Amino acid sequence: MNELSSVDRPNSYIGRSVPRPNAKRLVAGRGQYVDDLRLPRMVHVAFLRSPHAHARILSIDSTAAKAAPGVVRVVTGAEMAAVCTPWVGVLHHLKGLKSAPQHALVVDRACWQGEPVVAVVARTRAEAEDAVGLVEVAWQELPAAVDMEAALATGTPVIHPDLGDNLAFTREHVGGEPDACFADAESVVVQAVFHTGRHTGVCLEGRAILADYNPAEGRLTAYHSNQAPHMMQTVFAKHLGLREGDVRVVCRDVGGSYGIKVHVYPDEMATAALSKMLGRPVKFAADRMEGMVSDIHARDHRIAARAAVTKDGVITAMEIDDLTGIGPYSVYPRTSAVEGNQVVNLCGGPYGLRGYKARTTVVFQNKTPTCQYRAVGHPIATTVTEGLVDLAAEAIGMDPAEIRRRNLLADDVYPFRNLAGLAFEGLSHHACLTKLLAMMDYEGLKAERDALRAKGVYRGIGIASFIELTNPSPFMYGIGGARISAMDGATVRLDPDGSVAIASGVTEQGQGTEAMLAQIVAGAVGVDLSRVRVTTGDTETTPYGGGTWASRGAGIGGEAALQAGNALREQILVIAGAMLQAAPESLDVRGDAVVDRDTGAERLPLEELGRIVYFRGDTLPKDLPRELVATRHYTPKDYPFAFTNGAQASYLEVDVETGFVKLLRHWCVEDCGTVINPMLVDEQIRGGVVQGLGGALLEHCVYSPEGQLLTGSLADYLLPMSGEMPDIAVAHVETPTKESALGAKGAGEAGTAGAPAAVQNAINDALRPFGARVFAQPFTPARILPALGKI
Amino acid sequence: MKLDLSLTVNGEAVSARIEPRMHLVDFLREVLDLTGSHAGCEHGVCGACSILVNGQMVRGCLMLAVQAEGAEVWTVEGLTETGAIAALQEAFVARNALQCGFCTPGMLVAAATLLKANPTPTREEIREGISGNYCRCTGYHAIIDAIEQAARA
Repeated sequence: MNELSSVDRPNSYIGRSVPRPNAKRLVAGRGQYVDDLRLPRMVHVAFLRSPHAHARILSIDSTAAKAAPGVVRVVTGAEMAAVCTPWVGVLHHLKGLKSAPQHALVVDRACWQGEPVVAVVARTRAEAEDAVGLVEVAWQELPAAVDMEAALATGTPVIHPDLGDNLAFTREHVGGEPDACFADAESVVVQAVFHTGRHTGVCLEGRAILADYNPAEGRLTAYHSNQAPHMMQTVFAKHLGLREGDVRVVCRDVGGSYGIKVHVYPDEMATAALSKMLGRPVKFAADRMEGMVSDIHARDHRIAARAAVTKDGVITAMEIDDLTGIGPYSVYPRTSAVEGNQVVNLCGGPYGLRGYKARTTVVFQNKTPTCQYRAVGHPIATTVTEGLVDLAAEAIGMDPAEIRRRNLLADDVYPFRNLAGLAFEGLSHHACLTKLLAMMDYEGLKAERDALRAKGVYRGIGIASFIELTNPSPFMYGIGGARISAMDGATVRLDPDGSVAIASGVTEQGQGTEAMLAQIVAGAVGVDLSRVRVTTGDTETTPYGGGTWASRGAGIGGEAALQAGNALREQILVIAGAMLQAAPESLDVRGDAVVDRDTGAERLPLEELGRIVYFRGDTLPKDLPRELVATRHYTPKDYPFAFTNGAQASYLEVDVETGFVKLLRHWCVEDCGTVINPMLVDEQIRGGVVQGLGGALLEHCVYSPEGQLLTGSLADYLLPMSGEMPDIAVAHVETPTKESALGAKGAGEAGTAGAPAAVQNAINDALRPFGARVFAQPFTPARILPALGKI
Repeated sequence: MKLDLSLTVNGEAVSARIEPRMHLVDFLREVLDLTGSHAGCEHGVCGACSILVNGQMVRGCLMLAVQAEGAEVWTVEGLTETGAIAALQEAFVARNALQCGFCTPGMLVAAATLLKANPTPTREEIREGISGNYCRCTGYHAIIDAIEQAARA
């Protein structure tokens, strides 16, 4: 049969901006976030957390707490360790990565301010918190290793003496001939030291779990605000001594995640263990203050970098020296070495270099653990790379757009393997840059900037090209020994009323996963979108899968759904062929009915086919298969990752008296291959851009020298507000991946990957008349005014 | 210690005996099962718990429930049932002005409050008007579009 592609089918929803089916529920306040759920006999847990960055427990007195009103149980680390085994966040393929066993509750030594120490379970959260205040812990404060720059210095306390030192991981990669490029007498070398500020995700819904262990059947059900239910199923089973099949993880509505809710957290593990200990449901919902010190942080990097550029504008080499502090433990099971590793992989990524050298040094420190947050490593690598490119342009007197044109990988060079070892199937840097410059009227904007400069108004234009890792294969985690699926499945079923049910292993946190799946399957089967409903986020009812992270939902989960939808259509046509005495090849499904493929004339409504198959199977030929359900799985196999690319630009104004930055416009052109729902993709880009802008300008986890988080509330930790954010123009270039029939690559992290670099370059463009530059994020007045010599 | 509390919530008379320390948003969520109002920060910054008390937008986490004695309270559930925010809700869905949806009930209250005071706001006025409500997913652009669209409807 001549198979029409999903995009070409007559009733395709691919490429159409339809609203999300689940949005109506959410605008009516009828979401079901974990803290909205209530179960019979449910109790609540609150945690006493370490007030110190590093301290030993001398004794714990829970007498008063146990006697407090409503208290059901008080559990210390030693008791918890008997129920929940510790974990170690390492992966084999990150060679040399080491970490120490981490417990759900501190057993004898707290290693960061905020680490959970004692769990108090009570009838209400308020009563649990009251009793936490009555727990007496005698602490012996220990010297803390706080500053990552000093982590490996003599005299700095070694956080885990068994590990020998505070070095968690290091990796150096050399490609081509960087030394020769830097030694070339004809080249100019530019350099800078970049800082990306430690920040965090701040999901408006804090982390939450409602764990319900039923001792009668020996099964745990965890209602979890999480992105990866199957991964958590494995983790709960392994560390609570259960079989995987006896653990069910349910993720209903998730109030933001961005990578924050894809890691193993000690307080959540403790909650599941408490449910097993008590044999009743236990709820934990992190409040904002405890979230700020216990959600993973990210992007705490210092990068010394340099680039060599010829006088005619060829960037020949880059050299990167990255240092990052990850807190006292490598986070389980994805590890905290991935971010630094990505910096090594991604710097220089858009360009055709002759030499590349990069090193990351990942160290332990007594601060909140860091791990993967949206666009892992990308905003760091892009800030460094694009900062160097602008420095190179300035050094040789070339326009920033022109130097990119001369150095970006050509659009016809693919497939291509770069000096960092990344394999690119097909990118579109030049097409994206060209589109970006046209969208923003680059020449007009430059003229406006220059005219205003003469009037004492300092505006800047910043451009950033970037690459983005999406659709990860087992090369991301599986080869390192982690039971994190790179494969995802979809089951598609036709019900008697002609409606279609989808169950998918990828998950929804508001990206539009369920809308995307519905659009793909509606088109593949041939039904109206309103006839499709989607189930995600339940290990008991969906095919096994990885969940949603690393921009894999559409590219992997979507492809599985497409294959399953196609298979269901074939099943329908075989049955319809028998019923209509026609060759299945002569039929198609369109608009909720079986039709003649050539004429489109309706032959049989799906509802009627459903009625016959389910209720009058006696009228069908005996040997006719009557399966109206199909499951398909998909794993990327040709490439370790489907790289995408794009370009962003920022236009902003710096008040050189106050140091404040006003964002005026922002543009992003990106290439995620096949766009399934342009509106949803654009909104992913915009949301990602603003998270990048937050890190670039506002968000900062500031610590005291003693390791106390000083920005631990939303009064101190600044998030982007609508009044200070610009309108964001988004456009696309489409280079579908040839690996899948759908051709979709990821889009969820592109915005975050490029935004900080564009802002950095725009600020430095605005400051150029003063010879001032800033490379330390967030770019606050406290950074800009000293650069201007004002303070 | 517990105190008696009587008020009107979403048009229904409600009486309860509660601890005086209970915040209004917790009362709505835990006692009345009105889980549409969300506790995002519990210190008055994020706006996810925004509700209407006697016609004014209030942060449910900064007001004690006992302070609402005799008050008329409206939450997203009641505003939905009466159709009071239907145009905004329709525009939010059509424009995808929400992703995870956690900020949305509070955002709708803020948007309705803005449009009541200023039925035809500019984009800048909308941006200012909802600046007390954080959205972590959308980047705000789509929310501004949706409010603009609802104002024109």
